[in-house]
Amino acid sequence: MTFPWLTTLIVLPALGAVLTALVPSGLPLVAKKVALGAGVVVAALAIVAGVQYVMDGSPVQFTEEYAWIEGFGVHWALGADGIRITMIVLAAVVTPIVLLAMWREADSEHRAAGPFFAMVLVLEAMVIGTFAAQDLLLFYILFEAMLIPMYFLIGMYGGPQRRYAAMKFLLYNLLGGLIMLAAVIGIYVEALRAGEGTFLLSDLIALDISEGTQRWLFLGFMFAFAIKAPLWPFHTWLPDAAAEATPSNAAYLSGIVDKAGTFGMIALCLPLFPDASREFAPYIVALAVVSILYGALLAIGQTDIKRLIAYTSISHFGFIVLGVFALTSQAGTGATLYMVNHGLATVALFAVAGFMISRRGSRLVSDYGGVQKPAPMLSNSLLFFGLAGLALPGLATFVSEFMVLVGTFSRYRAAAVIATVGVILAALYILILYQRTMTGPVREATAAFPDLRRRELLIVAPLAALILIIGIVPKPLIDVIDDGVQPVLDEVDEPDPEPILEGVNQ
Amino acid sequence: MEHVEAATGVFEVTWLLILFPIIGAAVLLLGGRRLDRVAPTLGTLASTASFVVAVVLFATMLGRDDQERAVSLHLWDWFAVGGYEVSVGLLLDQLSMAFALLITGVGSVIHLYSIGYMADDERKRRFFGYLNLFVAAMLLLVLADDFLILFVGWEGVGLASYLLIGFWQHKDSAATAAKKAFVVNRVGDAGMVLALMSMFAVFGTTAFAGVFPAAAEASEGWLVTIGLLLLLGACGKSAQFPLQSWLLDAMEGPTPVSALIHAATMVTAGVYLVVRAADIYAGAPAAQTAVVIVGAITLLMGAIISCGKDDIKKALAGSTMSQIGYMMLAAGLGPAGYAFAIFHLLTHGFFKANLFLGAGSVMHGMNDEVDMRKYGGLRTAMPVTFLTFTLGYLAIIGIPPFAGFYSKDHIIEAAFGQNFFYGAVAVLGAGITAFYMTRVMLMTFFGAKRWARSADAHPHESPRVMTIPLWILGALSVVGGFGLFYLGSGIVGWLEPVTGEEHHELPLPVLAIQIITIAVVLAGAGIAWLVFGRRDIPETQPAGSFVTVAARRDLYGDAVNEAVFMRPGQYLTRSLVYAENKGLDAGVGGLAALIGGLSARIRRVQTGFVRSYALSMLAGAAAVVIAMLVVRL
Amino acid sequence: MSPTAYLVLATLLFTIGGVGVLIRRNALIAFMSVELMLNACNLAFVTFARLHGDINGQIMAFFVMVVAAAEVVVGLAIIVMIFRTRRSASVDDASLLKL
Repeated sequence: MTFPWLTTLIVLPALGAVLTALVPSGLPLVAKKVALGAGVVVAALAIVAGVQYVMDGSPVQFTEEYAWIEGFGVHWALGADGIRITMIVLAAVVTPIVLLAMWREADSEHRAAGPFFAMVLVLEAMVIGTFAAQDLLLFYILFEAMLIPMYFLIGMYGGPQRRYAAMKFLLYNLLGGLIMLAAVIGIYVEALRAGEGTFLLSDLIALDISEGTQRWLFLGFMFAFAIKAPLWPFHTWLPDAAAEATPSNAAYLSGIVDKAGTFGMIALCLPLFPDASREFAPYIVALAVVSILYGALLAIGQTDIKRLIAYTSISHFGFIVLGVFALTSQAGTGATLYMVNHGLATVALFAVAGFMISRRGSRLVSDYGGVQKPAPMLSNSLLFFGLAGLALPGLATFVSEFMVLVGTFSRYRAAAVIATVGVILAALYILILYQRTMTGPVREATAAFPDLRRRELLIVAPLAALILIIGIVPKPLIDVIDDGVQPVLDEVDEPDPEPILEGVNQ
Repeated sequence: MEHVEAATGVFEVTWLLILFPIIGAAVLLLGGRRLDRVAPTLGTLASTASFVVAVVLFATMLGRDDQERAVSLHLWDWFAVGGYEVSVGLLLDQLSMAFALLITGVGSVIHLYSIGYMADDERKRRFFGYLNLFVAAMLLLVLADDFLILFVGWEGVGLASYLLIGFWQHKDSAATAAKKAFVVNRVGDAGMVLALMSMFAVFGTTAFAGVFPAAAEASEGWLVTIGLLLLLGACGKSAQFPLQSWLLDAMEGPTPVSALIHAATMVTAGVYLVVRAADIYAGAPAAQTAVVIVGAITLLMGAIISCGKDDIKKALAGSTMSQIGYMMLAAGLGPAGYAFAIFHLLTHGFFKANLFLGAGSVMHGMNDEVDMRKYGGLRTAMPVTFLTFTLGYLAIIGIPPFAGFYSKDHIIEAAFGQNFFYGAVAVLGAGITAFYMTRVMLMTFFGAKRWARSADAHPHESPRVMTIPLWILGALSVVGGFGLFYLGSGIVGWLEPVTGEEHHELPLPVLAIQIITIAVVLAGAGIAWLVFGRRDIPETQPAGSFVTVAARRDLYGDAVNEAVFMRPGQYLTRSLVYAENKGLDAGVGGLAALIGGLSARIRRVQTGFVRSYALSMLAGAAAVVIAMLVVRL
Repeated sequence: MSPTAYLVLATLLFTIGGVGVLIRRNALIAFMSVELMLNACNLAFVTFARLHGDINGQIMAFFVMVVAAAEVVVGLAIIVMIFRTRRSASVDDASLLKL
């Protein structure tokens, strides 16, 4: 028997969380170190697992399957294809960085550090489980259970409006989740009708569901995912949650946890309901384009740094959804790569915003100015990750954004052209933010800003390096992703449009 | 599309060209304070090393046969998804060779100059790092063998330009100018991205080797679309109408930056793009006409703007716009003009860098004063600057045998060959060029010493490290024209395998065109002398005619942008934020409040009185009984 | 036999009990009224058991008695506690559970 990589990757952070929570509240530093240690070990293991992924035509690897509730055909079934392993490694690598970024965030709130850190590890376990699940009910349970730690993280450790934000977050996502539950039951009923009641994804994908039923089930799933990876008009919870949560929790929320939504779209919606996906794709593409522009325009109009970053995320999620539902290989692979890059860049942006807020104690853009002079490295970090946010070529985000656009253009010309306007708007919101906070004459309130500390450098450096490396040599990663995206698109059975001048390159 | 061979021999290390400045940039930007002292030397060395590589490659290329000079070098695969393969590779042909020499050559000279110019700046390490970054990105732009890779360099130079315009970030004006440059460029970049997407949709690839041979088979509609989109990108980068507004503000950057990026190299990338995409424009006459029109409009616009500017750098910036307009015009003429566009691009690189560095030298001696109304009579105080500036001046207005004469005159001839109107615009532009440049000369170096009225002005000649570059570029302004034209097979023969060649019947004999042009130039210079040479120049700006006022305000380019894009955009953003908070979010909040309010009402039923509960139970039981009875009946 | 008389008596007892629960404030009286209602039910059970010759009705009556006894034990204890702390056995005073 092979080593159960995925179970280990789920159990280890959960164990780490228990250990962290067990540390007496008088020893916050010990708790933090235990949590960080667990995070680092998980990250290392995930990388080791990721390297073992082989592209040999059997997309789902690391499979494990144990019966769980036999009467209903529920299994503890895990497995990873190209998309899943990428997302798992992303979550595992980003978690210790986020843990490091939240190092002092609980201190100022006079709250125990142990539970704070433990909950992030619990979240990590659930997120990895969501990505790895090969059983629909298992996926559903973990997808929903993520709300619990996230609710407490926002509601206990955030800003003055945190209770409101946490409640809003919970209600929105619960609503989506419950509707998805109905769809989960619906698909189980379909499986029963076809023969055997099962929740195993491989069996469910093989089901032949009638088009009318597919439509409803698809909408049920899509609704939950569209709320999770906020798609206009279901997005209003994210800016509140991101603004009120601590910077690192906001980073984890929009950088990693919300990816479960877009992940669900590409890894569940498309293969489970291919006909409905094809049918609804144009409408979702339209919503995605609205999201791109709407998020960008609202980001330009924000006065609060964290809200601004949250709205840029809405714009970027629009790109991801656009890529998923363009149903071409470039766009699909680009969208998945976009999830990775957005995870890295957004976590970094929120982290840098956190550095700024910890120095100035304000989230308002107008309270900063001239930071460039006293803290050049801080301002350069904001600029670098900002440039990643606006998809500057040479950085990772460009590759994914371009692939999404190119892949979309070959099927939905108008959508791609309109989405390109988002490229211009991105420059505006990032550069306005940078200009207002970092440049100009030094102000009294910012004159004594210390530059990046060692801990902060440890957060910034790996993220910057990853963004740069993926930007310059994206091929290995793209090959792995593509290995997972191709089977999904084959399932949907919508071949890539041929170039207009087909055959001239042979 | 020319014949391209795989790189062999010394060409296999073409990547060294880019590697040196990249290493320079990385070391300088990540190196920390320790490198502060050696930064200028290090940066200059990186650039010079790259120049040496370029010269070696050039010499090797010269030794080869005409048709075997173009080589390509595959570096690594970038990505490959679903039939779309992009690899990072270099294409070194006659065209990119010329650019590589210009970029590294003029770049190194300007690095050298910066050692003196930036000597007192505490952030010079960063400055040289950015300069190196620029050189690397610009080289990537001209050496790329795939439009997507070209675009990476394209944005890279945009980034370097952004960083360097805003180099003095503590000044709000610099930060704003930098942002403006980037955003306006992004508009052009959106055009580039759309062009890339169209190429993929049509050809299934963006590699030169895939696009160009197939271009002839594509429909004209697509070719025109791609051509116009590329033109949009070129307009952004080269500050051509309608995306010209950023270049004048970009003069907020340090002067060597203006010389290198905003005069000699980066702003000419648009011309490179059009020439490089010759195969696409060949099948898209409408797009070609658009290129010519854009060039002609900008040519006149830039020249007029330059006439109204008192800021020496802005006057030169307007001139840059105008000169690039010439190149665009030439590039739009197709094979008949490509070689001359590049020719003028090279000579312009020499003399405009020379002029800008001269202006920088003047500013250096005048406590960073840029207002020409505060100059006057500087020829005695700064003899070297004056002399080299004069060489640049003679070159730009096109007096034979200086460099600009050869390149500009050929563009005018080619323009006449295509259409009398194009030629007339080009000649008119030459006259205005002579006018504004003479004005700059007179206001700066001749007339009364207006600076003498303020006590703290002590104009002095710049140090040797700054004057040597002036001499080099001054010399190139003299010999660059006929040297490039007559040496060996000349620039036209050199570029012929890339650009092709084409001749048109001229409506007038060549000599007649030349004489007319020179006459117009002399007339322009004469008028300028009449206006500015014979009278004293007031130190405060006179009201001026409406043309002057319009020129001072950049022909209302900013006003239009503000009225058409900025204000409506701000309004849209504000109203969307309002709609989000008061509409969408309030709707959701309202639903929550409704449910909350309802439950608050219903809660009142729970009075806490046991007897009332008992009563409701009784009522319920009675209701059930009655219901059963009713149903049974 | 005719069950009418028994059932009328049971109805009367139940009504008296119900009205007592609703209108009397004293917890003890209310309690006794509840017992009255239970006994009315018992009477009906026993009547029908006899009528149909089915032992189940009588068993049910015993059940009710046992439950009532248990209920009396708990209920009286609560009433005594309330009386001790508040010096009153009025049911309307013990309304703290409402929101």
